[in-house]
Amino acid sequence: MMPSELKPDHFKGYPPQGRDLAIRHLALLRLLPLAFLPILLREVIDYDWKFPAERTDLDNQFAYLNSLNSDQLNAAMTSFARFAPPRQFEKSDMVNQPGEFEQRLTAWLWSTRQMDAFQTAAQDYAEKLRTASLEVPLPLRRLSIVVVGQGVEQSSYPLFRKLKPLGVHFTKVVPENGMSLLRQGVTARAQSHPLSFGHWYIDGGPRFEGAWDAVTCISYAELEPMRSALLHRMRASIQSGGMGPETLRTMLLEMQPHELGATEPDPILSRFQVRVLTEGSGTQIYSTSFAQWAAREALRRAQPVTLLVRFAPRQRERSMDELLSNTKSGAETEVDPEGSLIDADIGGYYTWMNQQRLSGADESAFLIWFEDRNEAVAIGPSMPRGTSSSSSMNLGQILALMS
Amino acid sequence: MNGSGMGSSLPAIARSVSWNRREFLRSVGAVGLGAASLGLPRLRAMTPPRGQKAVVVTFGGGARDEETFAPEGQENIPHLLHELIPQATFFTQAVNRGILGHYVATASLATGVYETINNFASLPPQNPTVFEYYRKALKRPATDAWVVAPSNGFNRIGESDHRSYGDGLGAGVILPKRLLSAALAGSNTDLNHLLSDNYETPLYTPELGSSEIHLQQLERMLRLSVSEFTAHARSLESPDELSVYLARQLMRELAPSLLWITLHDIDVAHSGAYSLYIEGIRRSDRLCAEIWKAIQEEPEYAGKTTMFILPDFGRDADGDSGGNGFQHHRTGDPLSRTTWMMVLGPGVRQGAIVDRPVESIDLAPTLGSLLRFPTQFAAGKPLPEVV
Repeated sequence: MMPSELKPDHFKGYPPQGRDLAIRHLALLRLLPLAFLPILLREVIDYDWKFPAERTDLDNQFAYLNSLNSDQLNAAMTSFARFAPPRQFEKSDMVNQPGEFEQRLTAWLWSTRQMDAFQTAAQDYAEKLRTASLEVPLPLRRLSIVVVGQGVEQSSYPLFRKLKPLGVHFTKVVPENGMSLLRQGVTARAQSHPLSFGHWYIDGGPRFEGAWDAVTCISYAELEPMRSALLHRMRASIQSGGMGPETLRTMLLEMQPHELGATEPDPILSRFQVRVLTEGSGTQIYSTSFAQWAAREALRRAQPVTLLVRFAPRQRERSMDELLSNTKSGAETEVDPEGSLIDADIGGYYTWMNQQRLSGADESAFLIWFEDRNEAVAIGPSMPRGTSSSSSMNLGQILALMS
Repeated sequence: MNGSGMGSSLPAIARSVSWNRREFLRSVGAVGLGAASLGLPRLRAMTPPRGQKAVVVTFGGGARDEETFAPEGQENIPHLLHELIPQATFFTQAVNRGILGHYVATASLATGVYETINNFASLPPQNPTVFEYYRKALKRPATDAWVVAPSNGFNRIGESDHRSYGDGLGAGVILPKRLLSAALAGSNTDLNHLLSDNYETPLYTPELGSSEIHLQQLERMLRLSVSEFTAHARSLESPDELSVYLARQLMRELAPSLLWITLHDIDVAHSGAYSLYIEGIRRSDRLCAEIWKAIQEEPEYAGKTTMFILPDFGRDADGDSGGNGFQHHRTGDPLSRTTWMMVLGPGVRQGAIVDRPVESIDLAPTLGSLLRFPTQFAAGKPLPEVV
């Protein structure tokens, strides 16, 4: 099928809000190039499970495209229109399986050495879209907090090397009640500015004790049953053979929460949990990879104004077969706190980078703390770059300085 | 469709990377300033000795400058910096313009053509490999060209399906993990850590290829009993150590003139664990030095072997929002395409830096010029600095 042949009936398999969106913009969808349309439809088909910020972005994208006259639309799409996938692509079900179509398109672009040109086209388009979108002021300064080093006895690793030049290095942090103070800081922001999926807490281990009212919480420990179910499915697929890795990847991407025994009542959050485990590489086996990727995806998708990420020790390296078979119980699993500290250190840096890609970056704040230790780095407009402080302060006081 | 905000062109970024590597090398005294200022004519290699051999070491899973040549990364590569580069001609920008998957990229290195085969399928390269060119042109026996491959997915790397080459003309392929699995069949073992395969797609287990060495050949060709093999494996830390162990056994017993070793431990980066990625870099650094030392110690190799070391490609930059930094090589950004190569051996100028961009597909024709065989289907060009 070509885009020009799209009809309302083609979207009857879509969830209600996604279907409405597609039908409302059907005239526009018919005008889009074959190399562009499935990428947009992949967003539309998931509309019902998107975070508010993602819905706003998608609505803005349609508003932008609809604002263009015929010549302007052609100009905006020229760089995509010159990619002409082979005729057999037209037989693919790009409407109901846009993800699979996108994977085939990606493979074709790589094999024909057009990937670089396609990425350039995508970047140009994203830039036009960004320029056309009005930046809405944030209700409060964006803040991300990263906690690393849980369980580390001793380490000579040079922590925070990439972050120290960007803010203040605190060397005499009072560590007592550190996590409680951070919880209080996060929940206070959530309660003063209640926003749907606007405040997040992600933990690479079990959830820290206490109330997390109005905060979206996700923890590696709570997802253990889903991870086990997923690893079991992956293992079974490997043993049965007959499926190539691309087919298996498609299977993982299409997995639904109920198939993994998800218990999260919110369908949007439940979907997010599944996506973190099925799209993230290593998130099923290493808690540090889980925490970093979940933070990245939360920032990219939900664009929260508050994010707290706490890294926990991951299991020690074993063979991929062992990791996938997951034969050892949680209690038996040997952990690697020192390695996890190094993982978390770069994970913290990536979290800062991902936050800086969002709106309000110039005003945003970031704090990283070596758990139960005296060391932290704070970055933000009120934190002089490349400086250090030997003042004795607890985390509540540092947060107050940053606000 | 995230924009990366990286508007610079590949050549511009490649030049910048090249300059940085040169400065990094100068900063640690790995090369002399005099060598760096030499022009192309004076860099041209001297005549290689007769009975020339070549050993190629590739990293399947590139390492970025931040973790290697940049100041904060130099602690991870002491052997490359202080032992090997001073003896090498170092190419600061080797660009891979092909598909950034390890199998297909290694196939491209071996054929001198950007291959387009499915990275995750059990398929041979489409164009003749250096092994086929070498054996056919010089009428060399099957025992004279070998590949030690990291992942079971590399089982077809030794031989193309090109109609003028292919069947029976390729290299023997040793898949150390497959051999170890076979040797351990049915037994409880503590050696699972040596069997990690294909970090990028652990779901893939290909069928055996025809040129792949089988367990029964272990003793006949490598003079290595199953019990010796498994006993030694118990002393090893990683799959790459197992590969190097078998490569050394090959060198001792068969002394192939064309030996290709692909290391893969670094690719554990796909799991997202940065500490394991760093461990992989440090191990690869040490293993490269061990291979070079083995070349000096083996009478069949000493004084007549050229070694090439190069990553198959890089990894994604931190600054590209389409990727996740060190973890993958999916964006195709300039940093993931731009890497380096070093060449050591008799006739190769020591401590020299070459800043002009070369392509990874130049390796195959360079090997051809070095060992005196034509590579007529290769798209790359021989590197005059080393042949």
